[in-house]
Amino acid sequence: MDGAAPLFRMEGISKRYGGVRALEKADLTVTAGGIHAILGENGAGKSTLIKIMAGVVAPDEGTMTLDGREVSFASPAAANQAGIVCIFQELSLIPELSVADNIVISDPPKRFGMIDRKAQRRIAEEALARAGASDIHPCALVKDLPLSRRQMVEIAKALARKPRILILDEATSALTAADVAKVFEVLKRLRSEGLALLYISHRMNEIAELADHCTVFRNGRNVASYPAGSKSDNEVVELMIGREYSHIFPPKPGPDAAATTVLEARNLSWADRLDNISLSVRAGEVVGLGGLDGQGQRELLLAFFGVLRGLSGEILIDGKPVSIASPTAASHGRIGMALIPEDRKTEGLMLPMTVRENLSFAALDRLSKGGIIDRAAEQRLIDDMVGLLAIKTAGLDIPVGALSGGNQQKVVIAKWLMRQPRIILLNDPTRGIDVGTKQELYQLMRKLADAGAAILFYSTDYDELIGCCDRVLVLYDGAVKRELVGDGITEHALIASALNIHGEGAGSRQGAGA
Amino acid sequence: MRDWRYWLAEQRGTLLAFGIFIVMFAIYSGNHPAGFTANVVQTAANKGVLLAFVAMAQTLVVITAGIDLSVGMIFTLTNCMASWLVIGTGLETAFGVLAVLGTGLICGAVNGAIVIYGRLQPIVATIATGAVFFGLALLLRPVPGGSVNEDLADFLTGRFFGVVPASLVALLVIVLVVWVPFSRSEFGRAAYAAGSSETAAYMSGVPIRRGKFLAYTLAGLLAAIGGLFLTFFTYTGEAAYASGNAYTLFSIAAVVLGGVSLFGGKGSAIGAIFGALAFRTIGDLLFVFDFDPLWQPLFQGVILLIAVSLGAFALFRVRNRLEWFL
Repeated sequence: MDGAAPLFRMEGISKRYGGVRALEKADLTVTAGGIHAILGENGAGKSTLIKIMAGVVAPDEGTMTLDGREVSFASPAAANQAGIVCIFQELSLIPELSVADNIVISDPPKRFGMIDRKAQRRIAEEALARAGASDIHPCALVKDLPLSRRQMVEIAKALARKPRILILDEATSALTAADVAKVFEVLKRLRSEGLALLYISHRMNEIAELADHCTVFRNGRNVASYPAGSKSDNEVVELMIGREYSHIFPPKPGPDAAATTVLEARNLSWADRLDNISLSVRAGEVVGLGGLDGQGQRELLLAFFGVLRGLSGEILIDGKPVSIASPTAASHGRIGMALIPEDRKTEGLMLPMTVRENLSFAALDRLSKGGIIDRAAEQRLIDDMVGLLAIKTAGLDIPVGALSGGNQQKVVIAKWLMRQPRIILLNDPTRGIDVGTKQELYQLMRKLADAGAAILFYSTDYDELIGCCDRVLVLYDGAVKRELVGDGITEHALIASALNIHGEGAGSRQGAGA
Repeated sequence: MRDWRYWLAEQRGTLLAFGIFIVMFAIYSGNHPAGFTANVVQTAANKGVLLAFVAMAQTLVVITAGIDLSVGMIFTLTNCMASWLVIGTGLETAFGVLAVLGTGLICGAVNGAIVIYGRLQPIVATIATGAVFFGLALLLRPVPGGSVNEDLADFLTGRFFGVVPASLVALLVIVLVVWVPFSRSEFGRAAYAAGSSETAAYMSGVPIRRGKFLAYTLAGLLAAIGGLFLTFFTYTGEAAYASGNAYTLFSIAAVVLGGVSLFGGKGSAIGAIFGALAFRTIGDLLFVFDFDPLWQPLFQGVILLIAVSLGAFALFRVRNRLEWFL
């Protein structure tokens, strides 16, 4: 735009997934020899934009030009050919192959039609050195490397393709601080070599250090584009928020200091994903888990539900320490816990089986006498649940896979409510369901809390956390960084603490609670 | 400098299979009434290479995270074809061999096309094509019979220099001509990549489809080579249903014994060959110990269970229980 002719330009790009619009007339201009940061909330359309650039998905409309010529990419391989290489957030390495195999995978060196292993080794060593990761052995299998090393291999792999435009999508999220410093040096060198770099990160300090230019995305549109350093962190956060509230939330009854603590964790740690987490949830309380995606929220819920092995720290139910060895143990007896999983298709439902069978699974032991299922009792309970949740189904004996996403999610919830749980863990339950069903779920959640349930609610949607929760714990890097209470739960405070910016967050208090 | 350790780790499955085979064969020949003689080795080799070829075929498909339940039937069909065609003058015999191998390639290509382009599950697709191949075999040989060029047959099942079994040399040649180029080609790597993580392979721009198609097609070829050798050993063609099915199942057992992962992406045909030879030897052990042949299936089953259990120890190290089901 200013002076230098753009290397790559996207104009009026739109993309819909089903009824959901991921991108709406988005524009982006990339110039050579610069680092361009892209900012936005979860679901703002950044990932879709990159996938379109990298040839993973095709846009519904809009044009892309490279060197002034219009281009379109049918596959990632085509984008690579054109010099656009992306380092994806979900790793694209093949676990059973060696580091060297992976680095040259898209275009291995050949002799007599076979892969030239010596040349491959040389290319791999060069690429690893360029990425500042010469400590990684090219013969090691990728599956044996820790996550941070894999990410370095991913960067080396991208460099081996000699890109003109290099896209890094949260490429530093799994790296150690030392690695990040190395990667930054590499990126700055690449910039001076004339590459165009697109950098997507939630870490504001990284963007401040690296970027020349920033573009903010919101709701599938680019809302602002400005030279790096010309806006304060707070202004950037304002740009990232600013969307209309479309959900209606039930009123919160306010804190009840007399209620007893039902679920408590003390110094919970697991592998390198959970770091010394302490929290407590009282009866009748909805406690939210906030933060960026993948900061340990899911692992925390799984830890409570007895899925993780080698957990250190204590879990207390009704003030008494318990050890929960499996989901069965978690849901039975006096613990009475239920987990509404994130991926209803794999962890929540048996899709080909009927609605009736799916509903009864978690409660079979309560419905059967001497191993025989009491069909009448089952029917009564199922009728109650279908009524309570207003599940729209053509019948109880059709496969649950035939229901809409929202109704499937209701079945998952109903399945666990059949056990009348006292502790309910929700793992992003409204993902991919329509607004109407979302509202019903919010009402239901509050109704259950009013009836005395303790609810721990993880959501990637900040509006939901604000509208539903009495308290929100914000996680970062597996640790609780901040607790927001009551009116202190604002979008500004949520985003600021999710990005781990220590600033003026009105009405919030620092540090972990409980 | 530590290269050899990575090599060792990569070849662990193959070396383990080699070790099992050596131990089994030592026990076998040590207790054989005739001892470790060229004759004993030749007979064992001739029995072993049949399964070795079929196991190699199975390996190629299993590497792509698929399974080929039709290998035994391709083996049977090509046996029946060879008993018609691989006969007569040198030229006629050569033509017959080419026709038999070509048939194997076509069978494999059909499997590959159905699985890759038809997007059917390998297990179902190959059960169906396997039935078709057996049907064709039955049309060719409603009753056992036929014959084969005996000069060629005796040459390939005899011994070189009085000691080296010719069938083992043939196996080695096939490994060098088919397996080594495949495993070191771009398409071979694509087959591994597709088996290990198809999405990552796609994202990396790997020619997944061509790699998998080649794997299925070459599997057909290897099964046909097996069928050809069966004809050389028996001098006849027979559409034997039970034998075809047994070869299919044994090939899966041999592949697992040989350190090839049924989840795909890992293992080598060399390992599968030793797996096949070891499996055959386990079966023959009973004869040298004078056990009732009735015990053979039970005995083979127990040994197989122990062997495949070795691979399950990794589960004890899993810390997130959800990974058990991945």
